[in-house]
Amino acid sequence: MAEPHPHPQQLWRNPEPKHSYDVVIVGAGGHGLATAYYLAKNHGIRNVAVLERGWLAGGNMARNTTVIRSNYLWDESAAIYEFSLKLWEGLSVELDYDLLFSQRGVLGLTHSEHQVREGKRRVSANQLDGIDAEWLTPEEVKAFCPIVNISPEVRYRVLGGTLQRRGGIAKHDYVAWAFARKADELGIDLIQNCEVTGFDLDGDRVIGVHTNRGLIAAGKVALCAAGHSSALAAMVGLDLPIQTYPLQALVSELLEPVLNCVVLSNDINVYVSQAHKGELVMGAGMDAYNSYAQRGSPHVIEYQVAAALELFPIFSRVHVVRTWAGIVDVTPDASPIVGLTRIENLFINCGWGTGGFKATPAAGWTYAHTIAQGQPHPLTAPFALERFTTGALVDEHGAAAVAH
Amino acid sequence: MLIPCPWCGDREEVEFRYGGPVPMGYPPDPQTVDDAAWARYLYYRPNPKGALEERWVHTAGCRRWFTVTRDTVTNEITPATDGSG
Repeated sequence: MAEPHPHPQQLWRNPEPKHSYDVVIVGAGGHGLATAYYLAKNHGIRNVAVLERGWLAGGNMARNTTVIRSNYLWDESAAIYEFSLKLWEGLSVELDYDLLFSQRGVLGLTHSEHQVREGKRRVSANQLDGIDAEWLTPEEVKAFCPIVNISPEVRYRVLGGTLQRRGGIAKHDYVAWAFARKADELGIDLIQNCEVTGFDLDGDRVIGVHTNRGLIAAGKVALCAAGHSSALAAMVGLDLPIQTYPLQALVSELLEPVLNCVVLSNDINVYVSQAHKGELVMGAGMDAYNSYAQRGSPHVIEYQVAAALELFPIFSRVHVVRTWAGIVDVTPDASPIVGLTRIENLFINCGWGTGGFKATPAAGWTYAHTIAQGQPHPLTAPFALERFTTGALVDEHGAAAVAH
Repeated sequence: MLIPCPWCGDREEVEFRYGGPVPMGYPPDPQTVDDAAWARYLYYRPNPKGALEERWVHTAGCRRWFTVTRDTVTNEITPATDGSG
């Protein structure tokens, strides 16, 4: 496996906030940093601050399981995630940073007749959308990923699977740091330990943000706070159709190369890949209840590990080193909310739920466009907040509810 | 997490199913509700960082529904004040 990128001592400045900016982005996770970068690069808007309550990329960006794929069911989702995958394919060069982006294939296993039908349907839909997708029989699954147990003697036997060969993983920290370094080089202020405590309004127009480091005036304010979006939006009286849940993951001790692809199973709430360093990275299903605690219940991990061991008996003696939880912002249709709000110059990007990492470059690209132009990017126009009133939902629960 | 069932006492979370935040009531006259109000009924739920009134059902116990207030940061639960749920 590849050697890690040699790491410089400092990737960005640590500036004091100025009194005013053209654009203030709230949240320095992957999406916020990518948005800042593309604002500067694509639109020439450089008088920008990214405010972060904690440290840079320390929330879900540090906690996700780094799966990248674009094989979503509906045209609207497929279009944005495929745009993202294409950006990923050039991103290490674009950002001049080896992101350890590895297109090792994403295998989506099925264990029930319903999932088989849904999987085949999705493969066909993907092919019609110009996205690489294949259906594999259990024997073909075994040939592609030899350590998967396809025995019919197990509780949830493998009945086949979808495969997107262009899918894969990347090193999440490097992605954040690469965007941060480039944004910083382009003159953008990345301001950590700066918590937004309120918004400065002039009628129905936002003109700044109150923070624990004082008032910062802003031409435009762009929310990019994932699980905390409801709490932020509530400060301006804006309700969002979002519920915040813990999503747990774990890593094992370091192993020799043993797993050659990403394996997802929606039916039994498992997704697993092997990181470049050698640890197995596994994600679970969401915990059942609303929470901002960044930790979940142990039985969710127990259930997930039991299912993983049935799929991969070879992992039976592997030790779990660490478990944790991110807090994810889930919408009623499992699709994001991106665009304008009823408050002038206030923009939102949230609701990516359990799958925001893979969208990082596309979310940044399209959100920067939306902020710069003051109108939705064509790729995210279907994901406006108004869809919950018009009823034009983009229902991705089948393809995306658990293993994003 | 231990959840205080009003009838059975503190039990492990695995005995329960989550019913989500206490929903707003069904519109009394749905024919007169406009799209925005209907959307609020269908899709909008409280999502506070802090005290949340929510429903649980003791599926592996007495199978009864009840309401508690839980802090979504600390998971501290204030039991239902009466047994009626």
